Amino acid sequence: MRSVVVSSLTLSGAVGVFALSFGVLSVSAGASIAQTCALSLFTFTGASQLSAMSVIGAGGTVGGALGGALLLSARNGVYGLALAPIIKGSLRKRLLAAHFVIDETTAMTTAQTDPRLQKIAFWTTGIGLYLFWNLGTLIGAILGSGIDPQKYGLDVAFTAAFVTMLAPHLRTTKGRQAAVLGALICLVLIPSAPLGVPILAAGLAVFVGLRRS
Amino acid sequence: MIAAASSAMSWSLVIALSAGALAFKIAGLVVVGTRKLPVVLERCLVLIPAALLAALVAKDTFSRAHQLGFDERLAGLVVAVIAVWRRAPLIVVVILAAATTALLRAAG
Repeated sequence: MRSVVVSSLTLSGAVGVFALSFGVLSVSAGASIAQTCALSLFTFTGASQLSAMSVIGAGGTVGGALGGALLLSARNGVYGLALAPIIKGSLRKRLLAAHFVIDETTAMTTAQTDPRLQKIAFWTTGIGLYLFWNLGTLIGAILGSGIDPQKYGLDVAFTAAFVTMLAPHLRTTKGRQAAVLGALICLVLIPSAPLGVPILAAGLAVFVGLRRS
Repeated sequence: MIAAASSAMSWSLVIALSAGALAFKIAGLVVVGTRKLPVVLERCLVLIPAALLAALVAKDTFSRAHQLGFDERLAGLVVAVIAVWRRAPLIVVVILAAATTALLRAAG
């Protein structure tokens, strides 16, 4: 149990440092400190937050930013399916738990085999991550106005995080096909389509999943 | 990514994204829960992160607004890919990639 708690908290701390760069970049993309913190408090799913601010920062519209970000957040619905047999209890408890259903909590929970450890992994990762993600965002947002993100290469921090999140999805052939196709669709559309649309359209690549193998 | 002169950022984006993201989380964990979805639908849904994350990497590395091309960000991406391949933790990946791009910008 101790090792589960320790690895959950280590992950939370690391993600908190990354939240710093989200805070800095979000503010430099035009969000206020309050809007930046609200995203981390209420949206609380890193890739979607990053995706939205990446589109806004490049000059995209709200609609363009929203499409890709929402589609990305749909994966948390899939994670919920995987976690549903583990996270039981009252409706209120499950609604609260739903807010914590993201990449990291799913990965940490499904890495355990003992049902008791699975629950401990879910809640310690969920709560720890929530605290550090929001603390990091707040500090980053406050510092943000005084930092030139280009100078410190912080704009690449998003890319680096996306690569980290992408890696586990490339283990399957279908995952690799969807990734290559998604990237191609996006690049082909960038010169002509409104900002944000190329990211949303890349979602069409999931239809490689229609074929069985 | 470049800081836009006039940003489209608004509270409506914050609210719509938060509501939508929570709806998906609740739909999976609470509404559908342990009921089974059609297999073909699940097969497609699990591919969303692969398709979209790869698209985001491509966009943030090879474009500025509507212009395709590459610059110091590509070096950051290469370093990030190597670091992830070597199983470096997230924070190390981020720092190495950002530092690479920052140093090249300072040098250039």
